[in-house]
Amino acid sequence: MMKYFVNGFCRINNRKVTVNDILIYEDHQSSFYDFLLKIYPLGEIYPKYYKMDNLSKAGVIASELLLQNENPNQKYKPEDIAVVLSNHSSSLDTDLRYQKSTEKIPSPALFVYTLPNIVIGEICIRNKFKGENAFFIHEAFNPEYMVKYVDLLLQNNQTEACLSGWVEVLGENHDVFLYLVEKKKSDYSFNHSMEDLLKKYNNY
Amino acid sequence: MEQLMQTLKVQIIEALNLRHLKPEDIKDDEPLFVEGVGLDSIDALELIVLLQQHYGVKVEDPSQGPQIFRSVKSMAEYIENNKKPQSA
Amino acid sequence: MKSKAYAAGLGVISAIGKDLAENLEALKNHQAGIGPITLFESIHKNKLPVGEVKVTNEKLASSLKLPTTLTRTALLGIHAVKEAIQSSGIPELRKWRCGIISGTTVGGMDKSEQYYETFMRNEDSAPLHQIKNHECGKITELIASHFQIQDFISTINTACSSSANSIMLGSKLIANDQLDIVIAGGTDALTRFTLNGFNSLMILDSEPCRPFDETRKGLNLGEGAGYIVLVSEKVLEQEKVRPLAIVSGYANTNDAFHQTASSPEGRGSFSAMKSALEMANLMPTDIDYINLHGTGTQNNDSSEGIAVERLFGENVPKASSTKSFTGHTLGASGGIEAVYSIASIQSKVVYPNLRFNHQMSEIKFAPLKSFQKGVEVNHVMSNSFGFGGNCSSLTFSSC
Repeated sequence: MMKYFVNGFCRINNRKVTVNDILIYEDHQSSFYDFLLKIYPLGEIYPKYYKMDNLSKAGVIASELLLQNENPNQKYKPEDIAVVLSNHSSSLDTDLRYQKSTEKIPSPALFVYTLPNIVIGEICIRNKFKGENAFFIHEAFNPEYMVKYVDLLLQNNQTEACLSGWVEVLGENHDVFLYLVEKKKSDYSFNHSMEDLLKKYNNY
Repeated sequence: MEQLMQTLKVQIIEALNLRHLKPEDIKDDEPLFVEGVGLDSIDALELIVLLQQHYGVKVEDPSQGPQIFRSVKSMAEYIENNKKPQSA
Repeated sequence: MKSKAYAAGLGVISAIGKDLAENLEALKNHQAGIGPITLFESIHKNKLPVGEVKVTNEKLASSLKLPTTLTRTALLGIHAVKEAIQSSGIPELRKWRCGIISGTTVGGMDKSEQYYETFMRNEDSAPLHQIKNHECGKITELIASHFQIQDFISTINTACSSSANSIMLGSKLIANDQLDIVIAGGTDALTRFTLNGFNSLMILDSEPCRPFDETRKGLNLGEGAGYIVLVSEKVLEQEKVRPLAIVSGYANTNDAFHQTASSPEGRGSFSAMKSALEMANLMPTDIDYINLHGTGTQNNDSSEGIAVERLFGENVPKASSTKSFTGHTLGASGGIEAVYSIASIQSKVVYPNLRFNHQMSEIKFAPLKSFQKGVEVNHVMSNSFGFGGNCSSLTFSSC
């Protein structure tokens, strides 16, 4: 099996935002909704952001921060960029809100987000990624599984780069770890391995 | 009708999460879809919900959408022409 | 990629039958399973037709000797997996590295939405067993545990392409020698949550759906389960199993256009179909039949139709949407339709697209109107396009 590289990551955990080992923002006062807005006012340049549910917002913000240093779109064809994500609670945060709306009139805008893979859709729409996607549900962040899956994608030459990781949001609880995997090293880089991913995940 | 349009603008911004806009940013006759405010098909469905929830007006056929929701003015006109008398 | 995966067993339960034989009989007789809602109370009861599996939870449970608390989604899944394993003729799965990959969108929500109602009226009276199997992953675990599959258990939820993606992942794992046998497919039960949600998007037809018809008004929701037993060449040889088909190609792409609508030209679907053909080393003219995603919505059928014509040009093969029989079974659709696709190769048949009467203005080709037998079917393409822009296309070939 070939070895690949993680050329950037964004970790949003415990109201702290870390990009490539640097803490860039921290806020323990605001609600999670406001916290996301303050990290990066994406809505000002991309109004579609405001319509997203919290899971999609978290995923899209993390991808914005991760990709501002290194966007694979500059190097590869859209069909060669994959997105493979995972979480524990699926779309439960929005499922609950949608269910509440059915007490009066079911909200179509909420229903649209009652699937965990819509966050992948939003990331792809924003960045024009058109490669393969998959969304897995695991008990906890499972780097052993994710590394194997993404390595296979890259190895079989169906993909040149992959945005991968864990995007978990439920109420105020959040646990996001998004990273970019490529075949060659970049300025910021570490091995795409279970051990190295776990280190970053646990450190921040 | 003026008051209705003002109220509608506030309601639209809230229902569609248009946080980047204030009511005064939306002109009465400005296209809501594609150009202008730039709403999409899911927004259209939420506007159908808005009409039902706040004004008791039902839109059965989604293909009527483009005419009804062309602008805040056309929405107000549709409401005026179709709203049921308020029940006690 | 070292080798490919073979389909050795098939299992299905849907609105048109409890097993593959019943499903094929209904397809042959143009007998759709779409009708009024009977499974639960709903304000849409006599307004929105659905494709219900015509078996109650009690009957499903008792035939499997399992409790009804397992959830309808799990019971349907176990029922279909049982048929798939039996039909494969492999006596002992556990001898091999065996996994299960199941797609579902609903999970155990059929039970938890009942719990929610009771809970809202009186917190203490709601029975907790109704929510213990809520999670999508739990359904797969229940199925795995029933058949004692332990080596690899995974759940995919990518909306309507979930079970197609399960088959894709299963095939990849076998091809890369990570597993020897994979039970891949999906299961979904009808729920109020889904019915109300799709209704809010105004894409449901109040009549039985008319996929690929110019006057189509939307989809009908359905439920069911469909699974394939995928095996490696080594398993084929050692177990002396006759393969039903080879999974010759697959691809997944993102349309990157909208959360729920497809781009008008069907860019994502075109890309997925083209890449699946490339992987299978097939030309468009090699495909004998396409099982279309064909939900019956204005948007899907138009986008898919345009994409198919762009790829196949003047030579669009026989094509149909079996959702005209079963309704749209969401997370199970890729699995159910893969079973139909492989059965098409085995039985040399192609299926009709019911209630098609008016040519779509955007395209030149028309779907099949009648069931046909004695057809040489060597290569079948099966499409599954999900919300979130997730487009999957699978090709199955005779071997």
